[in-house]
Amino acid sequence: MDLLEILKNPIIAGILASIACGIVGAYVVVKRIVFISGGISHASFGGIGLGYFLGIDPVLGALVFSLISAVTMGMVSRRTRLSEDTAIGILWAIGMAIGILFVYLTPGYAPDLMSYLFGDILFVSSQEMTLMLILDIIIGLVVFLLYKELLTISFDEEFSTVAGLPTERLYLILLCLVALTVVVLIRVVGIILVIALLTIPAAMARQFTHSFKKMMLLSALWGIVFTQCGLWLSYLLDWPSGATIILVAGILFLASFFALQRRRHV
Amino acid sequence: MTEEIIKLEDVWVYYDGVLALEAVSLSIKQQDFLGIIGPNGGGKTTLLKVILGLLKPNRGKVTLLGNPPEKTRKFIGYVPQHSLFERDFPISVWEVVLTGRSGQRGMFRQYVREDKELAHEVLKEVGMIDFKDRQIGKLSGGEQQRIFIARALVTEPKILLLDEPTASVDTSMQAEFYDILERLKQRMAIVLVSHDIGAVSTCVNKIACLNRRLFYHGSKEISPEELEAVYQCPVDLIAHGIPHRVLREHHIEIKNKNAKGKS
Repeated sequence: MDLLEILKNPIIAGILASIACGIVGAYVVVKRIVFISGGISHASFGGIGLGYFLGIDPVLGALVFSLISAVTMGMVSRRTRLSEDTAIGILWAIGMAIGILFVYLTPGYAPDLMSYLFGDILFVSSQEMTLMLILDIIIGLVVFLLYKELLTISFDEEFSTVAGLPTERLYLILLCLVALTVVVLIRVVGIILVIALLTIPAAMARQFTHSFKKMMLLSALWGIVFTQCGLWLSYLLDWPSGATIILVAGILFLASFFALQRRRHV
Repeated sequence: MTEEIIKLEDVWVYYDGVLALEAVSLSIKQQDFLGIIGPNGGGKTTLLKVILGLLKPNRGKVTLLGNPPEKTRKFIGYVPQHSLFERDFPISVWEVVLTGRSGQRGMFRQYVREDKELAHEVLKEVGMIDFKDRQIGKLSGGEQQRIFIARALVTEPKILLLDEPTASVDTSMQAEFYDILERLKQRMAIVLVSHDIGAVSTCVNKIACLNRRLFYHGSKEISPEELEAVYQCPVDLIAHGIPHRVLREHHIEIKNKNAKGKS
């Protein structure tokens, strides 16, 4: 009972995180926007630093920064002659550099800095969980309302432009969903490892279904499996929670991948 | 009956600093079935992009049903050369065809019964209704091609634009593919772009050659003489890579290319 009391918040946080990464991760994987998602999550570190500097909640800073970097990266890579991966690489580093500079400029010690970088789900606060819940609801609502549009642009962007959809705006909306998901996941696995939860559950789910909706659902379920297993392991072994969750996810993914691969070859 | 659907007037396009289209004028009317042949790199895809409004010409004017293409391109059914989708994208044939309706239906709305009825109809039309629950990547190249035609048709287009439609279709399925086009041409204008002369000459009623400039052949039925004339315009590069289609007077053509280009 005592143990459940301690782990209640982390368990719920893990589930909330899995919902976001299940829904958005499915798009990230099928639309191959893994690299830009990595860029958005790393650039959001600028907001963490800004939060420290201004004395506000660093997560709020990250929220603003990840949204700005999502829109900037999307626009720069679409509208300028810079190639997409170059643009991402540049903005990725700029965002992080801004964060480091702000942390440096902030007088005194920056508490919890490591937890924003690598996650610390065991000490998630109820305030942070409220934010996660709100962001989950926003993500779910946007995807519900724009499901057919987002599927259309994910499948074939050129065709969706011809079909009369505002493709660029929809793409930016999708990147903003990634930005929101980054914020949901910060407490769980940290900025550096966010990309793992955006890709592994969805990649896992994809092996088992050919329906996009089912892929979302399955990847949320896999996310729950990964976070809960990782959570317990990290509690029992006193390992860092973010890294443990990712390693559980990675090992399970690789095991299932090779098992399925072998079965196909037989 | 002879409503003008696409009109290009003196269109020039520079693509990455290279002249891709030069002084192209073109008029496509309601019942036209125009085949455009030209070598790879001759500007075929650029021309299609200009018609679709995906690329703005540096000079000249493009109108689609009397308006700029950005406004009216939803009347075009576009069948891209090879859709750049991922083979294992988790999407069924049925869903792919429905995406054709996404622009028509409007933002924030779900597909309604009308969309589904249309999707059903066009899948029947291309003979793929039994495949509707299959994952798109599991189909053969020719089958996918038909799905993409269905996706274009579901938008209820006034004109069908096909980019290299036979590239991914094996020879055994080409006949069926032309049957489909044969039926469709009763209902809409069709523009088919290809580097494959055989593909173009099978069922079109007008032919144009594109190699930076557009050479328009015929507002009437093609006579053998005219076909010959077509093949003698700068088609020398068309033979590139398909040696069994090497055309006669190849060398003369190369020499004459520039002279002809100015005519």
